[in-house]
Amino acid sequence: MEKKRYERPHIVKLDSGMPGKFGMRNDSPPTTHIDGVAVTELVEKYGSPLFVISEHTIRSTYRKAYKAFSTRYPKVQFAWSYKTNYLPAVCNVFHQEGSWAEVVSGFEYDKALANGVDPGKIIFNGPGKTASELMKAAENGSLIHIDHLDELYLLTDLAGEMKRKPLVAIRVNMDTGIYPMWDRFGFNYENGQAWDALNKIMLSGKLELVGLHTHIGTFILGANAYGVAASKLADLALGLQQKFNHTIRYIDMGGGFASKNTLKGSYLPGADTNPTFDDYAEAITTALVNSGFKPESLPLLILETGRALIDEAGYIITSVLANKRLSTGRRATIIDAGVNLLFTAFWYQHPVTPAQGFSQYREENTIYGPLCMNIDCVRESINLPLLNKGDKLVIHYTGAYNLTQWMQFITLRPNVVIIDPDGTAHLIRQNESNDSVSSLEKTPDYLIGIK
Amino acid sequence: MKINENLAISESGFLFNPSTGESFTVNPIGAEIIELMKEGKTEAEISEKIIKSYEVDIKTLQKDLHDFSEILRHHQLLDQYEETKN
Amino acid sequence: MKKQRINIGVTGLNAIDSPGPGIAVIRGLREAKSFDVRIIGFAYESMEPGIYMHDLIDKTYQIPYPSAGTDVLLARLAYIQEQEKLDVIIPNFDAELYSFMKLEDKLRQMGIHMFLPTISQFEERHKVNLSDFGEKYEIDVPLGKAIYDSSEIFGLQKEFDFPLMVKGKWYDAYIAYNMEQARTYFNKISAKWGLPVVLQRFVHGTEYNVTGLGDGNGNTIAAVPMRKQFITDKGKAWAGISIDDKKLLAITEKFVSATKWRGAFELEMMKSNDNTYYLMEINPRIPAWVYLAVGVGQNIPEALTNLALGNDVEPFRTYEVGKLFIRYSYDMIVDRSEFEKISINGEL
Ligand SMILES: Cc1ncc(COP(=O)(O)O)c(C=O)c1O
Repeated sequence: MEKKRYERPHIVKLDSGMPGKFGMRNDSPPTTHIDGVAVTELVEKYGSPLFVISEHTIRSTYRKAYKAFSTRYPKVQFAWSYKTNYLPAVCNVFHQEGSWAEVVSGFEYDKALANGVDPGKIIFNGPGKTASELMKAAENGSLIHIDHLDELYLLTDLAGEMKRKPLVAIRVNMDTGIYPMWDRFGFNYENGQAWDALNKIMLSGKLELVGLHTHIGTFILGANAYGVAASKLADLALGLQQKFNHTIRYIDMGGGFASKNTLKGSYLPGADTNPTFDDYAEAITTALVNSGFKPESLPLLILETGRALIDEAGYIITSVLANKRLSTGRRATIIDAGVNLLFTAFWYQHPVTPAQGFSQYREENTIYGPLCMNIDCVRESINLPLLNKGDKLVIHYTGAYNLTQWMQFITLRPNVVIIDPDGTAHLIRQNESNDSVSSLEKTPDYLIGIK
Repeated sequence: MKINENLAISESGFLFNPSTGESFTVNPIGAEIIELMKEGKTEAEISEKIIKSYEVDIKTLQKDLHDFSEILRHHQLLDQYEETKN
Repeated sequence: MKKQRINIGVTGLNAIDSPGPGIAVIRGLREAKSFDVRIIGFAYESMEPGIYMHDLIDKTYQIPYPSAGTDVLLARLAYIQEQEKLDVIIPNFDAELYSFMKLEDKLRQMGIHMFLPTISQFEERHKVNLSDFGEKYEIDVPLGKAIYDSSEIFGLQKEFDFPLMVKGKWYDAYIAYNMEQARTYFNKISAKWGLPVVLQRFVHGTEYNVTGLGDGNGNTIAAVPMRKQFITDKGKAWAGISIDDKKLLAITEKFVSATKWRGAFELEMMKSNDNTYYLMEINPRIPAWVYLAVGVGQNIPEALTNLALGNDVEPFRTYEVGKLFIRYSYDMIVDRSEFEKISINGEL
């Protein structure tokens, strides 16, 4: 006699909610494959947990974003924000699509050079650039976005020793009606700091002012704020035009578009409510087109979009390590990927789907990572099928910031693969070994051995 | 461990506890186990029966059975009177 | 001539002490002169009383909570559509409207019509944006501000003065008489409904409500003002009376023509002691007391259904003044097997 498929015995109390078979129609289908590759196969080959990047999704998301802007505005340029995900394979997909690079440290700057990016297409942002980094970037002809007056003076000083005039923009912060207002970066618009800095640059004669930059925040849920920001930058540009007869080449609107993730505490899923690229593009381009620029002298529009271009392309495949019950009777599941890999679990309710089919029964679950730390919680509450030890889960929308902010904490970091458009997986970052960590550690002789 | 005898389970897996007024849903294997408990089968007898008809190893089953009776107890579906007598 | 039969899906079947509008809407539809109906109830929870009112509702299906997302909702509606061939859906909950608006085109392709506000109308009238709304359309609204952090209350207390209203993005509103209470309500509301939380200046006065219907071209199809006569401890009208107030009607018409409002609405108004009318809140849907409007001669659910189907609808010009609605609750006796069916199968 053939044996029946086993499922844990399961009983759930009916409150007035929505239990029973109907629950089945209330959640997403299992993720058995990613871009045509079976999840089981990926785990067999590369282990668990495993980061998976979909090249197809990156390219199609990028093209959607580019199209949203280029159909509304004549000159558009994306610059890949390295801090979002600086694995060379990922960066180069963006560069192949035509992106410039946007970096915020000497480390990231060198990464962009190593990837083969033309230095003239590297934007150097951030409040912490050193003198030698500034020298190098300026002499290479990269675009330096000045964050504060000390940097402006430093760069003006350094300019005397340089073979070429540094190409600069300033970062502007402003009130766009959103909360919180990011006023710690750049020069403020409303109180005149920004205009003052522009005057200093123009009058020094040592720097070549080529653009204006802002980055109003991240995961901005109201597209209108970008319209306000674009108008304010346009206003500064027109002021320069009038006072100095100086035309800037570009306006850089920074990043900050929301991905499809759902912020904790939101009632509706982000995939339904977050603005689309079209919404953002409409707000920005309308503001620029309707400002005082002459049609033939509209500046290049640069976008440093990060998370919205990569979040959906990232997955983590993870395995169930254990099942347990909390003192309240609530089900808890422990998986092998925690907040050490999924930094963004602090803000998002990442969708989590099983990687294999299940019956219609579901239970409320808390998902914990493997760390022996109370903060290691991946989802506080999620409806999942009756999982067994060893079952696989797929965590979605993990492409942004996790592969740069993950921690070598308690455990080692796993393999990362990219799936190419033909459905072949390639290793793009090797898992760490004890050696990769301990080779950097030094122990003074007298502390070697414990006798 | 003795299950409350007057529990009514319908074919669709709807379980009603007349003494508390609470309702539950149970999956088919859960219903099967409760029926076996109602017949007075011991834990060993129940595992034997389940192992015969389902694809499961004894360790997993024992862990799950234990968890299941914990949750039955949590929901007060085990006979309180019998419980205290033992 | 036999009247056409229309299949209509209706939500908001929670006819409890703070009721959803569904049952009142259904009573209006059943009394419609221009068509016959088959009513399909949509329920979120298995104890919504409407599920068990078989004389009003022919069949009920459970549908997923809005938080599950529109894909899941669409899949469920597609299943229901196969069984029921719906012509119209009337959603009645604030929290679900966004999802239905997003699905409007897709549902139309399936043959299902709705008559909802546009997304921009929906957003613009939102509590969070009411101050800007008032300014844009020159309608008096109480001073309000959306805040993201309880520490902001401190800086705003001069402007707002105590008592002040603390309101959730979707539901819930409390009167705070001091800083401590305001903070407590902020925390309570933000934990449940997320951010922002809205602070609103408290207006002393008498509360009036208007329910109505706009055709989307600026015409007011229906408008009935009501004064609450008796209020429950949750602030809901338990009894109310239709009144003749030209000023209220004028504000309503201004609202509809200025915004080109599409669909049903409820305006919550406060007449202050100096006789100014303040628009406190705009609900973008039919209110639970809509049966009063039906009873005084303006069958809003019927007119809305006709608009959804693209039929010509003549504006209502009159209504009976001085009619009361008095709400009552009623105990049904329900067999456990009915509860079992809706719980297990999601249909009854
Ligand atoms: C200057 C700058 N540009 C772009 C970005 C990318 O932002 P996002 O990922 O929100 O699009 C950041 C991120 O913090 C940034 O600081």
